[in-house]
Parts: sequence; structure tokens; C-alpha cells
Amino acid sequence: MTATTLPPAPAAPSGARRRIGPFEALGHGLTLADRNLRHILRTPTTLIDTVIQPVLFLLVFVFLFGGAISGTWQDYLQTLVPGLMVQITMYASIGTGMALNTDISKGVFDRFRSLPIARSAPLVGAVLGDVVRYAVAVTVLLLLAFALGFRVQTDPFSALLACVLVVVFGLTLCWLSVLVGMVVSAPQAVPGIAMAVILPLTFGSNIFADPETMPRWLELWVSVNPVTHFVDTVRGLMIGGPVAGPLTVSLIAVVVCHVLLLPLALRAYLRKVR
Amino acid sequence: MDICIRAQGLVKRFGETIALDGVDLEVPTGSILGVLGPNGAGKTTAVRILATLSRPDEGTVSIAGYDALRDPVAVRGLIGLTGQYASVDEELTGRENLELIGRLLRLPARRWRARARELVERFDLVEAGDRPVKTYSGGMRRRIDLAASLVGRPRVLYLDEPTTGLDPRSRGELWRIVRGLADDGTTVLLTTQYLEEADELADRITVIDRGRVVAEGTPRELKRMTGSQTLHVRTVNPADTERVRGIVADLLGTAPLLGTDAMTISAPTDDPVLLSALVRRLDQEAIATDELSLRLPDLDDVFLSLTGRPLPDATPEETVV
Repeated sequence: MTATTLPPAPAAPSGARRRIGPFEALGHGLTLADRNLRHILRTPTTLIDTVIQPVLFLLVFVFLFGGAISGTWQDYLQTLVPGLMVQITMYASIGTGMALNTDISKGVFDRFRSLPIARSAPLVGAVLGDVVRYAVAVTVLLLLAFALGFRVQTDPFSALLACVLVVVFGLTLCWLSVLVGMVVSAPQAVPGIAMAVILPLTFGSNIFADPETMPRWLELWVSVNPVTHFVDTVRGLMIGGPVAGPLTVSLIAVVVCHVLLLPLALRAYLRKVR
Repeated sequence: MDICIRAQGLVKRFGETIALDGVDLEVPTGSILGVLGPNGAGKTTAVRILATLSRPDEGTVSIAGYDALRDPVAVRGLIGLTGQYASVDEELTGRENLELIGRLLRLPARRWRARARELVERFDLVEAGDRPVKTYSGGMRRRIDLAASLVGRPRVLYLDEPTTGLDPRSRGELWRIVRGLADDGTTVLLTTQYLEEADELADRITVIDRGRVVAEGTPRELKRMTGSQTLHVRTVNPADTERVRGIVADLLGTAPLLGTDAMTISAPTDDPVLLSALVRRLDQEAIATDELSLRLPDLDDVFLSLTGRPLPDATPEETVV
């Protein structure tokens, strides 16, 4: 701002509140997260996306391709489920960008901005809503998988840790979703752009097939793809196998992605809320 | 007089476009200011700045004594905003929207529930209150938008084109509500393309055109600026329009203005014998007219004489019923 002659600030009436503390900001974020959850329950398409997608992926891949890929669909189920947990949270993260963009284009965002609430609240609300969506999608997936015969071959604590890590991995992509949501002009544009990133990450990984069966160039991509390491970690924790190695690589990838994406996403967001 | 909203020298650029080019606005506490101007005049940009949604490139804004640029949070605690961009959540019900805002304002649970109930009743939305807002009619939608901006009992209310696209009955209802709020001491800044609306509601009117204030005053003062009376002529045959313009220019000594329809000629005048002289000339030249009148100027005439251009047609593209 290049105000030329700022007159002295007028004496402010007393009793007005000028700053929003962290606890209050969290309260605002939670209130808006609650609103986003109502959306998920209220809008059939979001609910379908969150619930139907894991079900479809599981059924199609297990019964259609499972026998061909692993000999029997029962064997395939064991290796696929941990991979699908990673994949569906990536898909679910598209929702954050769409929700924020919808709020901006519909004017809801400006309504919130005109209220004396923390600037972070709409973002916190959207991201927390996303976390719940991940949890719902993973729960649906696991319930169906258990019904089909999937069994955790380690211990409940490891399985729980796997679920938590899946949410953390999902959040990495959520910032990309926020960034896209801030930049594009209409919410419908978010899935297209997000999918262009998510498809090579999820299909170009070890989620669905053994990389050793792939051409050399693809195998190379799969081995550097962070999703492969996420999946290795979750598999190790759910059905046994090495964990420490893939977990280290995964956490490095999470940190690197956050370092790259979070500042960009926050900058794009702050430009809109300022 | 106690000034509640004061903006000085507002400049806002969007790339090459200058949306505001040094706008001053002043609204005394408890009064209604109508900001009048065509589409693209800069009205919405000005309201967004006054509501802390946008920062000006230059200028100062003070709301009830607070510097809106330095202390936006304090200002947000005082204002309510209703406009095409500050909207409610369509997926939630009307009541849920009001409750959501009450919760965001950190009202205690009992208070936000009571406030939502009270507003739903006051805005005649009791039946619709538990339906999602996306099912609302245009008039109901504007009422819930307005109700949403009143949850925190704002001392200052911005209404950005609150009745654009509404049918006359809904518009009348909204006018009644706005008048009631001002009577209760709320300071209101209202933008409109409808001259009738500014005339009807506002204590004072500021006319904005192309990012600049072109006139300011009470509705009565603005009308006086255009001369005591306005001549209107429309010919039966549009081909005669130019000839009549020539005749009127000849009689008045100044060029008359052409209305939005490109057929109605109008000119401010104080000459008491103009009409009879004009009738004689038209008769001699055998020009038939649909309309030939001398009347008190309305705000369309004000805009025309202030800017030299007719007010762009205020009819919105879509009419929400």
C-alpha cells in the first residue's frame, strides 16, 4: 500500500478486540470443519466419492485382475489393500481444493472473511474436513476388505500406525490440492489438474502390480515415486515386511513435499484471504 | 455530525484498469448513504475496501473510529456485509447458516440458537428455515443473506446491490427491512443501479462513474442540479429524432441529450415558454411525437446531465423471482 498522507489513527473505542489468539483461531477452524462435515453428509456426490470409490477400486481390482496378477484373488487382496489405503487418501485430497474453490466462487469465503475470525479458519476447516474424509474412506475400505478375507498379519498397534501414516501421506497431496484450488477459476477444474498428478503417482507405483514385471524405464519411475515407499511402509505395518527403510524414505518425501508445496499453497491462500 | 464511515482518496488499480480513482465517501452515524452508479463504476470495489475484503492502493478508511487498513479485525467486529459476493452456504439450511455465523462469532450456545431463531422469525423464513438455502427463491435468498449479515448486530451495514434482480414485491420488503435497521441506529451504505432505490431509501446519495465521484448530495439537491424541469421528447418516427434534436438545440442554445433508448431526447430547462415554442416548431415541420413533456427531473436525468451519458440500462441480465 502506498498511502500518501495517513492521518493519525483515530482514538479507538475501548473494549474492541483486535487480535485473535491461537485457541480462538482453532475454535473457528473447528467450527468450519464441522460445517464441511455436514457438507460431506449432505451432498450425495461427495459421500459417493468418499464411500463408493474405495469399494469400486477394491472390488474391480481384486475380482477382475486379482487372479491374473497374483494367481488367486485371495493372495492379491493381501497386497492390494495396504496400497489402496494410500491411493484413496490421495484421491480424497482432491476434495480440499474443490471445497475451497467452491467457497470462493460462491462468495461464502468472502462472508467468512468479513467476520472477525482467524484468517486461517477456512483453510483449517477444509483440511480437517479432509482428514475426516480420509478416515471415512479408509474405514470403508478396511471394513469391506475384512469382509472379503483380508487379515492384518502384524499387530493392531502397527495397523493403527499404518492408518495414521496414510492420513499423513494424504495430507502431503492436500497442499497441492489447496494450491490448485486457489489458482483455478472454477471448482470443476480442480479434479482434472489434480488427476494429472495423482494418476502417474498412484498407477505408476507398486500399488497394483509388481514393479519387476514392468519395463525398465517404468520400474525406474516406480522406484523413485514416493507413493511406492508409502505403500511399502503401510504393507510392512499391515502384512509384515521391512518398515524402517521405506518409512525413512517416506518421511523424507513428506518433509520435502511440505517444504515445496506448503509455502506455495499458503501464499496462494493468503493472497485470497488478505 | 458524527461520521461513522469515512473513506478518503481511495485508489484501486487492477493491472491497467483503474477501478477507483480518488473516491471520498462519508456516512454520518445512523444514516443511509446510497452509492449510485452504472455497472463497472467501482461501487463493488469501494464496498469491498470498506468491508476490509480488499486493500486500496492509496487512501484511508476509518469505520466508527477504527483504521480499517491497520485494524481490520476490529472493523470486522462492527460490520455486516450483504452482496453478490458475500453469500451464505447453499448446502446448509437457512437456520444452520445463521447458527454457523453465531458460533464463529463465539456467541455462547444459548445466544446463537436464540439469535438464529429470532432472525428466522423476523425475516419471515420460519417455514423455509430448515430447508437448504439452494432451494430458496430469489427473495428468500436475499433475506437470508441479509439476516446472515445481522447475526452479530453490526453497527455498520454494507448492502451491495441488495435488490438487483428481485421482483417489485420482494424489493419492497427488503426496503422496509433496511429502513427499519436505519431507524434502529444502524449506519447503512447501499450501492445500487436503481435510481428509484437510492431516491427511496437514502438520506444522501453519492454518484460514482468510472471510479470517480461525480456528485454528492441529498436526493433533492441532486435533482435540483439538473435545472428545475426536464424536457422529454420522443418522436413517432425514429427518423425524425435528429431533426428534433436540432430544433431543441436551436431553441435552448445547448445540445440536448439522448436517452438510453436512442429515441428519447431530454434537456434540462428553466424556460417557461419552451414547451409552447417547441410545439409550434414541431407543428410547422409536421413531426408527430409519442411523448412531449416537461417534468421534474428524476435521477436518470441527474446522471445524464452529470456525466453526459445516459445511465446504462439497469435491468439485470437475469431476473430472480
